[in-house]
Amino acid sequence: MTPAICVEHLTVTFGEGMLAFRAVDDVSFSVMPGTAFGLVGESGCGKSTVMGAIAGRLTDWQGKIAIDGEPISGRRTLPQRARVQMVFQDPYGSLHPRHTIERTLLEPLEIHGLDDRDRRIGKVLEQVGLPQRFRYRFPHQLSGGQRQRVAIARALILSPKVMLLDEPTSALDVSVQAEVLNLLKTLQEDQGLTYLLVSHDMAVIAHVCDQIAVMREGRFVELTDKQRLIAGAVENDYTRLLREGV
Amino acid sequence: MAKPTQPMLDVENLKVRFRTLAGPIEAVRGVSFTLGKEKLGIIGESGSGKTMTGRAVMRLLPKSAEIIADKLQFEDVDLSTATERQMQSVRGRRIGMILQDPKYSLNPVMSVGQQISEMARFHLRVGKREAEERTLAMLEQVHIRDPHRVYRLYPHEVSGGMGQRIMIAMMLVASPSLIIADEPTSALDVSVRGQILELLDEIVVSRGIGLMFISHDLNMVRSFCDRVLIMYAGRIVETIAASELENARHPYTIGLLEALPRIDAPRDRLAVLQRDPSWLEPTR
Repeated sequence: MTPAICVEHLTVTFGEGMLAFRAVDDVSFSVMPGTAFGLVGESGCGKSTVMGAIAGRLTDWQGKIAIDGEPISGRRTLPQRARVQMVFQDPYGSLHPRHTIERTLLEPLEIHGLDDRDRRIGKVLEQVGLPQRFRYRFPHQLSGGQRQRVAIARALILSPKVMLLDEPTSALDVSVQAEVLNLLKTLQEDQGLTYLLVSHDMAVIAHVCDQIAVMREGRFVELTDKQRLIAGAVENDYTRLLREGV
Repeated sequence: MAKPTQPMLDVENLKVRFRTLAGPIEAVRGVSFTLGKEKLGIIGESGSGKTMTGRAVMRLLPKSAEIIADKLQFEDVDLSTATERQMQSVRGRRIGMILQDPKYSLNPVMSVGQQISEMARFHLRVGKREAEERTLAMLEQVHIRDPHRVYRLYPHEVSGGMGQRIMIAMMLVASPSLIIADEPTSALDVSVRGQILELLDEIVVSRGIGLMFISHDLNMVRSFCDRVLIMYAGRIVETIAASELENARHPYTIGLLEALPRIDAPRDRLAVLQRDPSWLEPTR
């Protein structure tokens, strides 16, 4: 089977000469379709940069990235972009405050020239568990959890293969986090989505992900899986520190 | 339940009300508790009133807020009737506060040493030289390795963990008897978080300070505090020893605990909290 995401020797450097900073240093991993891969680490470890390179937010990187076996580089085609969608950390910041939910969901459809827009919006709202009347609301009329559902709907509406989740529940309360994590799991099972989840919370990572990479200073210090993480069979002291937290 | 030593803070039926165009809103709706020389956790989700409770004790609320309480006694001061002048001798001097993010709480155009010295000069009325000495001693107490170097640094030159140590040093210089820490580690990385909690614990225990620890993080409060108040919609729904949290009785507390993903107890789906309107009513 072809991996949904295949990253080989990814290196990202910011700045030049003396000031050059290697944010990601020779990172390789692959994620099988329908599974979830977790990147865990503290601020500045490079986890979001890895995601940025895969998402196409960063264009200046070295190495190889392939989505569904198709290598991506430089300028991406529309179908390539539709295949990888992203959900951001802060649902307060990631939705346009003066666009209704319908307007927000319409935008990806317009960009990608998809028809049958009304039905698609109706369907995606249902998938994320929001009532149809929310179409006509503005983000400030929604709670944090509802907003994050809208952000997930916006990613989902292009029927992506891969979802990039950048700390999708860090800005939410515990009880709302549970709802969003449950939704993400249901969506993954129903649609065979592949997830790349970035988080600093080991418990969230262990709950969602099958494979887990622990990052520090731009490198993977440990590559492990759910069972080993839960059993506490970790090799690296840093992994243990993050796992035990406080 | 851990018996608090003679309470230094006694709060009875505290209410915080905001006047808004749409009528008054009660953010805190009748909260009663006492605090001794202990680590008291206040847990709640956003909007539960936990921060407002802490701020009401400091009387640090916007003008539109009204503080009503049957009793709001801190040591010998009645906080509900104290004048602003009296409050100034309490705030910072006898009750210290640590906020979430040192990046925003420190003055960006003053060196950290100057900021700590200012506290000493203002509250303890000591001279410049002595304030500086006390500051250096305090920086050493919060385990900053090179106090002379750090004294001259500006807030943007220090890391988050170091910034929080500086905040703690600044607050400790006036030797308060009560500390209100509002999400003191939420902006910090996991590995730094542990060190800051250790430092707080060391200080609170060795100096016999009362600590009000406001947080949304159940796991952290469970392992750090002695006693926990769980707040929901402006009320305390349960008070429990931190070690007994596993045996909580209120459905909200149980719901919160079950909604938490746990590495030691993996589940396919997390329990979703079903909110019961009866939780909004006063208990008993």
